[in-house]
Amino acid sequence: MAKTLDQARYKCALGALQTVQSIERALPILHAGPGCADKLSADNGTSGYFAPRIFPCTNLSEKEIVFGGEDRLRETIENSLKIIDADLYVVLTGCSAEIIGDDFEEIVNSFRSQGYPVIHASTAGFKGNNYLGYEWVLQAIIEQYLDGDKKYAKEKNLVNVFASLPLHDPFWYGNLKALEELLDELGLKANILFGYDHGLKNIQKLPQAQFSLVVNPWLGLESAQLLEEKFGVPYLHYPNLPVGACETSKFLLAVSEFAGLDVGKTKKLVAEKERKYYHFVERYADIFLENRIMSKRFTIVAETQYALALTRFLVNDMGLFPQKQYAMEDVPERYQEAIRGYFKDLNYDIQAEVSFETDGYVVHNEIREGDYLGYPLIVGSAWEKKVAKATDAHFLSISWPLNERLVINSSYVGYEGGLKFLEDVYSVVLTRFN
Amino acid sequence: MAINLNSTTFGTREERLGSIVGYVGTIKDLAEQSRCGHIKDRERCFSQSSSCDAGCVHGYLSHIRDIAIINHAPSGCTASASPTITQQTQLAAKRGLPYSTVILGTDMKEADTIFGSEQSLYDIILETYRRYQPAAIFVSTSCVSGIIGEDVDAVIAEAAAEVPVPVVPIHCEGFKSKVWATGFDAADHAILTSVVKPPRKKGNFINFKNFNESAREDIIEMFGAIGVEAFLIYSNTTLEELSHISEALATVSICGTLASYLGNGLEQEYGVPYIKTINPLGIAGFETWFREIGRVIGKEEAVEAYIASERAIWLPKIEAVKKKLKGLRVVLGMGSSFAFQVARVIQELDMEIAYVASWHYDSQYDDGKPPSHVQYLAEHTPHDFNVSIADQQNFELLNILNTYKPDLYVARHGGTTVWAIKQGIPSMFFADEFMTFGYKCTLNFANTILDKITNRSFEQNLSSRITLPYTDWWYQQDSASLYKEAK
Repeated sequence: MAKTLDQARYKCALGALQTVQSIERALPILHAGPGCADKLSADNGTSGYFAPRIFPCTNLSEKEIVFGGEDRLRETIENSLKIIDADLYVVLTGCSAEIIGDDFEEIVNSFRSQGYPVIHASTAGFKGNNYLGYEWVLQAIIEQYLDGDKKYAKEKNLVNVFASLPLHDPFWYGNLKALEELLDELGLKANILFGYDHGLKNIQKLPQAQFSLVVNPWLGLESAQLLEEKFGVPYLHYPNLPVGACETSKFLLAVSEFAGLDVGKTKKLVAEKERKYYHFVERYADIFLENRIMSKRFTIVAETQYALALTRFLVNDMGLFPQKQYAMEDVPERYQEAIRGYFKDLNYDIQAEVSFETDGYVVHNEIREGDYLGYPLIVGSAWEKKVAKATDAHFLSISWPLNERLVINSSYVGYEGGLKFLEDVYSVVLTRFN
Repeated sequence: MAINLNSTTFGTREERLGSIVGYVGTIKDLAEQSRCGHIKDRERCFSQSSSCDAGCVHGYLSHIRDIAIINHAPSGCTASASPTITQQTQLAAKRGLPYSTVILGTDMKEADTIFGSEQSLYDIILETYRRYQPAAIFVSTSCVSGIIGEDVDAVIAEAAAEVPVPVVPIHCEGFKSKVWATGFDAADHAILTSVVKPPRKKGNFINFKNFNESAREDIIEMFGAIGVEAFLIYSNTTLEELSHISEALATVSICGTLASYLGNGLEQEYGVPYIKTINPLGIAGFETWFREIGRVIGKEEAVEAYIASERAIWLPKIEAVKKKLKGLRVVLGMGSSFAFQVARVIQELDMEIAYVASWHYDSQYDDGKPPSHVQYLAEHTPHDFNVSIADQQNFELLNILNTYKPDLYVARHGGTTVWAIKQGIPSMFFADEFMTFGYKCTLNFANTILDKITNRSFEQNLSSRITLPYTDWWYQQDSASLYKEAK
């Protein structure tokens, strides 16, 4: 049912055009209104080999709304194949196309049966948000692009990795790259669909993987389950995106164990990594401890991935105390109970409360009333700038929408990522004196 | 077609102005066809993603500092709320002003498309007032609310009885018009019907319709020199201030597309003269425009004195840089007003227009006359040149650039400049509407072009390392080969 969307933290299912765009040489073809791609791509880093202005679109007008848009879709696909040099064409249907009842499946199938690499995902904006749209696009790829009858040879140590939402999460690429590097340290080879030099060749390898690794509190689980069902690829669900030494070490050990690797060897690796990490922490410990301004308590207002990852880092690595945390992307109810549990599993039996409230107005009122024992640390999105000012908080924006900060390929994941997060937080803290 | 302020709905640009998004021809043909009636729009059998009127509504109305906008739509339609609010907050901060406007959505879901969501919308309007006490609440429609037939006007009438501020519908379903600039009219229609009050007395100010007021200081100084004040709209205004624009001496604008509805509407309803000359881009544009203002408000002498003193300062500098730009071939890609006005400036600076792509074209404005800037250009251009009307259809544009291989591509609206660069063509993003405003900005523009064509490192670095997404087949076709015949 319609509700007050105050401070939008998510887009609609058609936002999955960003998921398609992040797969090299895959092109979204939109059966949608003229303004959809424009509004859904107002992020940095969306101009690549393809860009929103390159996406073929039926630009549905009054004529198609009244008389139907099937001919329009057919000619748009036909000409896309001639004009645009892509390896996979993903037809995404928006609200208007789905309400007027065009038979797009039949049209797409007619192209595929002629041997063209055209698939379809139903992504009407009213059906769900862009997080769900991501799963639906992956589902379309698994079901329509991969051959369900083919027997794929398994490749030992190959791991399908699903983590952050491509192009929407400002750190999506950096996160995937950091995870790839961590797996590499263990001798595992990450199979990633999104970003630089990945793409269709990696899609073909999805069924060959030894297992899939979902590093997200919930996103990607459906796709991993579908891969298990269709191709017998088991999966490891590791809910926490590892930031900093403690969490990254836990991550490496958990993956080693699941992959059947020599855990003793991983323990050695972890000890070496931690030694280096704490070399830096030791050098800067005076800044972390001996200042008059750093916050004692913090709140993360972000998608669940970061609410959880940064809560765990700040509590388990840095010894801060959590106020209430906010998971903002409209998490499906079926995942919420488990996620609450992840926030309770912290050092010294500390438990963080997590809210799934999506109404930014309500969240900000709660923050204003919270007791942070001084300046709060608020890590959130562009929307939190105002409440941060009102509460004299230290404020760092990391989650969509991110308007006043540019992120290209950096990340807070891993040992290095933890230090990068400290750099960013203390670069804010050091602008003040009390 | 007169502007009708007795209805919540209004005609689209296609209906009112005979606007089109599909045409290929020449500037002289376009000017002649405009004089002889409406030009036929040509459809395409392939198109790339464009923009919608709702986007323009939100972007433009949110310039006002103290209102609420509720977009009755699924969540994706509200995705640009945050960047928009951030930008407007930055603009207000530049002047040290508070900014409290909010853009909310209604997050329509599948059930709403079946059972309707009028009750929810009613609740959301009341809740929005309770939260923010804005000076007015504007409720914009969407494709979904339009197709399922939500009676937004009825909901608003009911809600308006419960809150002490205007609650105003804006009908801007994305499918309604192929011309995104219809969104400017939708915003202006809402302002004219629900905000503007009859004049209490005549003021000593001029309404200056613009986008982001980057030339604010210069404009205030310029009008100060002729003894009047400038009121820049809508950027950084309050609703109360806007309610008195009917008291202005005149309405002027930086852009013909942007101001047709409000300017002509104020003239029709309240007798506020709307300056319909070519706009103040470049020297001829500025002087023609400023002289007409002087004539209309009876300040001819002051205007002439200002022009004479400014000419003495700037013209020698402009003449000097012109020598270095002479003969450069330029392709433009811009909205309907800027495309043909910047073309005039390019020619004024002794460069040559190779091609103009305009994102849409209004055969006439709301006064029933064809746009003066197209007539002016057709009359003054040293040679006829090719023109296309395309709603930023990138595949056509890159084909055109590949055919004409200009020395420079200049574009307004993000999304095409980068592609010209990727094709190795030096490009300039004409982001700021005041980039060629009057003498000083025109000189700055000329010098920027000189910099741009001198240092082509970025273009060369990028274009030599990437591949383009269009097939060789497409580059071998005529750029207009995917148009259908006009009906």
